[in-house]
Amino acid sequence: MINKSIKSESYMEGKNLIWKRSKRWNQIKRNWELYLFLLPTLLYFIIFHYVPMYGVQIAFRDYSPGFGILTSPWVGLEHFIRFFESYQFWSLIYNTFSLSALQLLITFPLPIIVAIMLNQLMFKKYKKFVQTVIYAPHFISVVVLVGMVYVFFSGNGIINNFLNLLGMEEVRFLTEPSWFKPLYLGSSVWQETGWAAIIYLAALAAVNPELHEAAIVDGASKFQRILHVDVPAIMPIAMILLVLSVGNIMNIGFEKAYLLQTPLNQTSSEIIPTYVYKVGLQQAQYSFAAAIGLFNAVINLVLLWYVNRVAKRLSGTGLW
Amino acid sequence: MNLSKINRTKEDKIFDVINITLLTLMLLAILYPLYFIVIASISNPDRIFAGDVWLYPIEVTFEGYARIFQDGKIWIGYKNTIIYTAVGTAINIALTLTAAYALSRKDFFGRNFFMFMFVFTMFFSGGLIPTYLVVQNLGMVNTMWAMIIPKAVAIWNIIVARTFFQSTIPDEMLEAAKVDGCSNTKFFTKIVLPLSKPVIAVMVLFYAVGHWNSYFDALVYLNDEALYPLQLILRNILIQNEAAATMVSDVESVAAQQRVADLIKYGVIIVGSLPLLIVYPFIQKYFVQGVMIGGIKG
Repeated sequence: MINKSIKSESYMEGKNLIWKRSKRWNQIKRNWELYLFLLPTLLYFIIFHYVPMYGVQIAFRDYSPGFGILTSPWVGLEHFIRFFESYQFWSLIYNTFSLSALQLLITFPLPIIVAIMLNQLMFKKYKKFVQTVIYAPHFISVVVLVGMVYVFFSGNGIINNFLNLLGMEEVRFLTEPSWFKPLYLGSSVWQETGWAAIIYLAALAAVNPELHEAAIVDGASKFQRILHVDVPAIMPIAMILLVLSVGNIMNIGFEKAYLLQTPLNQTSSEIIPTYVYKVGLQQAQYSFAAAIGLFNAVINLVLLWYVNRVAKRLSGTGLW
Repeated sequence: MNLSKINRTKEDKIFDVINITLLTLMLLAILYPLYFIVIASISNPDRIFAGDVWLYPIEVTFEGYARIFQDGKIWIGYKNTIIYTAVGTAINIALTLTAAYALSRKDFFGRNFFMFMFVFTMFFSGGLIPTYLVVQNLGMVNTMWAMIIPKAVAIWNIIVARTFFQSTIPDEMLEAAKVDGCSNTKFFTKIVLPLSKPVIAVMVLFYAVGHWNSYFDALVYLNDEALYPLQLILRNILIQNEAAATMVSDVESVAAQQRVADLIKYGVIIVGSLPLLIVYPFIQKYFVQGVMIGGIKG
């Protein structure tokens, strides 16, 4: 009832004053419910995304919980300089960047290859089965995944059992710094390759079959058709995903690195997100940690913007 | 398409053989670790330690599971996770669908502005510490709300749902409804939602899996063990190696304790992933749909 009366009122008003009011204002009034629809989400983004962006100014202040954000003393770039000059700076940058870059190098091409291979598989039932199995690890939680790494690679896990069987010495996978990256990347490949192939499979399914038929008539082999029909078909989506992942290269996740971290492998497993967590929340150095986080976020944004520009110039596809 | 079968050259046949072989190897590489966990969880821990268990369980025992089920922590974790997942997903769905619908309407003034505002958060954020301070100031630290409200909606899912609405609800339908005097709310609840069952299923699944699997928010915001979700309990058992200690205290020698603790770990991996493993084959197609809807617009 209330709905109706407001609607008819606004309708009448709109009709009477249509020459006065802009069309836009009418549109807003007519769709007032849609603004209510959006309101909770808008509030969510303001409170949990934009307020923290405002709060990031504690990176330039000496924040302590007793003071508010605005009343904490301004210290300018002090925290940033302290970070740049700390002995961990270069090792953090190196660990974060190299882990992320390697992840990209390995996990970007693999799903494309898997998708192309699956697309060439002629037995439909087998293809379905393979897909069901290789998507499954995506749904395993990171805790369970790392738990699996622990039980397989620990001193008495099956990998070391197997090495023993071959007469080799036990390898300390979980504490040896040089093994952190292989474990991290290997488990990523195991977990995500199949899932990441879905999007390429969709692009391949959308290829016009006539293209393939024409190529067959011209005597093209399967391999040639992959190179000249399939690969060009997935290039645009591959490009977008590449831009996104290069742009996010400093945004490597906290979750897995933190779980795979042991006191002994920290020289290679300490990356910026885990460091921010420890310094910020475990040692309560809020401002210092916020400064490191901000430094990381800004590098990331600049990278994304730049990579997007390059991609646009080279291939015409970009994010915006 | 029969053409491809007739014209299969020798080169193509070699290609097919290599292709099938490689895919099968990949299949085994993914399947075997999962299979091993299952057989290891019901084998005699001494035989696992001796390296005898490879292809099938040896000296089947359910001791590991018995110890897991006797320990109360797992059940507390299960209960908490179910609550967080149910309440969290309900809120996620309500916010995502309403916001995505509004943003899908071409006559919604400001849609580009709001969309930009939301998408921008994918590329830049205040970071962990400022977000933590907001949650803290709202008094949510160490309450169940810290598990739910800071993840109330995900921009990626808004994009997916919005793309779905734009491509499946024709403008003419809205026009016709308007002529009949149908309000926006009524149109949304009576026409849009019933037509959107597939995308709602996808959203529910994505969000529910997200809640079920997350441990980071719990690690950051909770320190009361009674509130711990399953994943944090699993972490303590699997990675910190701590909770298992209470479950094996009756075993005599230290070496035997370690073996039983490992057995418990295998079992815990199964118990922790079981709900998802059971439903996964039936719901797989919805997930795939979701990725594809999102991928169109990306």
